[in-house]
Amino acid sequence: MVDVTIIGCGVIGAATAYELAHYDLRTVVVERENDVSTGTTKANSAIIHAGYDPEPGTLMARLNVEGNRRTKEIAARLDVPCKEIGSLVLAFDEADVKTVEELYRRGVANGVPGVRVLSAQEVQALEPNLSKEVKAALLAPSAAIISPWEMCLALAETAVKNGVELRLNSPVTAIEKIEGGYRVTAGDSVIETRTIVNAAGVHADQINDLAAPHAFTTRPSRGEYYLMDKSQGALVDHVIFQCPNKDGKGVLVSPTVHGNLIVGPNAEDVADGDDVAVTAAGLDFVREKAAKSVPGINYRDSIRNFSGVRAVTDQPDFVICESPAAKGFINLGGIKSPGLSSAPAIAAEAVKLLAGAGVELKEKASFDDSRSRVRFKELSSKEKTALVEKDPAYGRVICRCETITEGEIVDALHSVIPPVSIDGVKRRCNPGMGRCQGGFCGPRVQEIIARELGISQQEVLQDKAGSRIIFGQTKQKGGAAQ
Amino acid sequence: MTEYHDLIVIGGGPAGLAAACAAWEKGVKDILIIERDKELGGILNQCIHNGFGLTYFKEELTGPEYAGRFIKMLFDTGVKVRTDTMVLSITENKEVHAVNNFDGYMVLRAKAIVLTMGCRERTRGAIGIPGDRPAGVLTAGAAQRYMNIEGYMVGKRVVILGSGDIGLIMARRMTLEGAKVLACVELMPYSNGLNRNIVQCLNDFDIPLYLAHTITDIVGKHGRVEKVVVSAVDENRRPVPGTEMEFDCDTVLLSVGLIPENELSRNAGIEIDRRTSGPVVFENMETSIPGVFAAGNVVHVHDLVDFVTGESQRAGRAAADYIAGSSAAGGADLELANGEHVNYTVPQKIRLAGVDKAAGVFFRVNKVMAAGTVRVMSGGVQIAAFKRQHMAPGEMEQIQLPRALLEKAQGTVTISVEEANA
Repeated sequence: MVDVTIIGCGVIGAATAYELAHYDLRTVVVERENDVSTGTTKANSAIIHAGYDPEPGTLMARLNVEGNRRTKEIAARLDVPCKEIGSLVLAFDEADVKTVEELYRRGVANGVPGVRVLSAQEVQALEPNLSKEVKAALLAPSAAIISPWEMCLALAETAVKNGVELRLNSPVTAIEKIEGGYRVTAGDSVIETRTIVNAAGVHADQINDLAAPHAFTTRPSRGEYYLMDKSQGALVDHVIFQCPNKDGKGVLVSPTVHGNLIVGPNAEDVADGDDVAVTAAGLDFVREKAAKSVPGINYRDSIRNFSGVRAVTDQPDFVICESPAAKGFINLGGIKSPGLSSAPAIAAEAVKLLAGAGVELKEKASFDDSRSRVRFKELSSKEKTALVEKDPAYGRVICRCETITEGEIVDALHSVIPPVSIDGVKRRCNPGMGRCQGGFCGPRVQEIIARELGISQQEVLQDKAGSRIIFGQTKQKGGAAQ
Repeated sequence: MTEYHDLIVIGGGPAGLAAACAAWEKGVKDILIIERDKELGGILNQCIHNGFGLTYFKEELTGPEYAGRFIKMLFDTGVKVRTDTMVLSITENKEVHAVNNFDGYMVLRAKAIVLTMGCRERTRGAIGIPGDRPAGVLTAGAAQRYMNIEGYMVGKRVVILGSGDIGLIMARRMTLEGAKVLACVELMPYSNGLNRNIVQCLNDFDIPLYLAHTITDIVGKHGRVEKVVVSAVDENRRPVPGTEMEFDCDTVLLSVGLIPENELSRNAGIEIDRRTSGPVVFENMETSIPGVFAAGNVVHVHDLVDFVTGESQRAGRAAADYIAGSSAAGGADLELANGEHVNYTVPQKIRLAGVDKAAGVFFRVNKVMAAGTVRVMSGGVQIAAFKRQHMAPGEMEQIQLPRALLEKAQGTVTISVEEANA
């Protein structure tokens, strides 16, 4: 019997696995998809919020501020791109000014460092491309931008390196109470476990219902985005918010750690938590709202639209507790924004709850807490020269838009959690993330995946199960058959 | 270690090959072509259909044959070539930083540079097609590479969005390989492709072309495209509710435009024309940086490779003149402006000293016209006019402005098109 089974390997599951890997425990993570970080974690605003937004006294307030600090520490240690660029909440009229003042007070109450209200002149001096209609703004210097999927990967990889077992392609279909714990059916696995951490994102309510009486209901809220070419990446230097409303923090405009500009999201209730389509109406809304903050965005430079689903529930706060009716079953549910920002702090809560449920926490003698990867394009000429001399594969540029080399792709394919798809490689070392969106490098990445993993090119997927790219060879009998 | 060359050509597609050969013929004996792919020839290598060379060679060739003619010519010169080599940056003082897996990281210096990096395809993100994001949505050029270079089928039931030439060519190509092409859908009320491709690639195979339509939804919940929804659009290109048609398909090919690849040019500080997305060039294809020339699809997207060749030879010869110290220098005598119905011109600037007998000007119109008159005006005076039958945005126009006429012009020369009354 294992000690802990974590269900779901988004950033919450991965952060929990990372925390638990510090202790002498048998921990298993089961993930429905063929990779980690495939749900809400990979499709959001990629912001580490400062923490002025949640109402004081809530879990969200405490865990956001704590998570903001811890995320930066972990990102620095695990070589995850994360930049503290600060955020601005813009006020356009008197009502907004009042909201900004209220957010300032909340910020102070929540312990957010350095928050202050800026005058219109101060805002313009800081961000000349903002609308001239801005009357005031809240500056929160501790807000940061991050690569959310790389954060999740780094946490999961470090957990696996330190003994946590990850089982991919393992959707949980049954949880049965047994003597001293639970029996979890997850894909081909049947796991007997003393405790369970439910980190199943938008599906956490359904997972809860497999083990315990109904506790909360997810009301998935989808947000759509534009990702702009790097030519637009320097339009603003801070995360630019508008005043929050009932649907969330509104449409933001922000640089990304990869040098692009992100614009979005809207908020739309959807029936299916896996429905990540984009809509014409949603994108129209995003453009219209964003223009209020930053009028000069050139949508001809859009390189991708995407959407992600927030795990909003029928409860206002995060749902973080041991199920009262199921001992040792810990819910980490309703992790909507600021979930990514809070992840390490939520994981620490989970560990506390597990201890309370009787899991004995004995710290390991040694913990390998290091991670780094080659980022060719960020090296100096001298470093590039030396690297290619050492391994010529770093001299072969595969992705021309992002300058990603064969060496980096090979590294990713032999990393702790090897990817099996083109998008899996993209999440690890970024080929295909640029302006041509993999049009040129896709076939070449596919070839390298096939070669390194010893599979045929036809077996290489675009992303999740079923996302086949090619249908056999040309010149076969029956046209496009097999 | 810095390596020196008289001329470095960045890109070994049709433009780079023609520029290098022309510079060699004009006496430049130290030329290096840097090509990122494993072979010379550029995108022509995957264009295995015929129709290339009718203007330049007066015969019908396939893409690889057309490229092959120039590669053969190149082999008779002493032009050096580095393939599988990526240029990472160029600088204003003509330093070229490049890398490959046999020479490593290189810093090269040149007296002159010709930029011939070509163009890339617009993607789904650039046009914001709503719907799911499954596998099976790819650009027509990527599909062409999979099929013609790698030998793989990319789908069995196909809908093509956009009627650009690559999309039309791929409609025929996929049909010949046994796929069912259900429809070609074009947002505009006219096709952006060459008329001969509409006839030979769609009509001959009974593939319907839906003009003034677009894809309004892509459905694919299980990893691969399952269905698309196509709707008619109004005169503002907005979908008209109630006109939806569904196509069960596994593949969507996009042929929705090409964009010159100018990241190297931009980072070097070269002035870019917002309308062409390519460098602003003089009559001899020199960019805003003296000694840096550009030609082919990196300057503006051409319909026919034959014109790429001509333009690139001009750039190659001009680079040779620059190296020999005999080229026109300084600012422009004349600036070309876009008048009514003209989307852009190339060149955008003219130095009279650089014009031999006449300056050739390429331009595109912004609407389909049965007939019209191209007017060239300067200082309120018409200096030339050209009658044309049938003009369309999908077909590049060319006029020759004799030097004698240009000498009468001053400051700005405006090119406009007056539509003949129907």
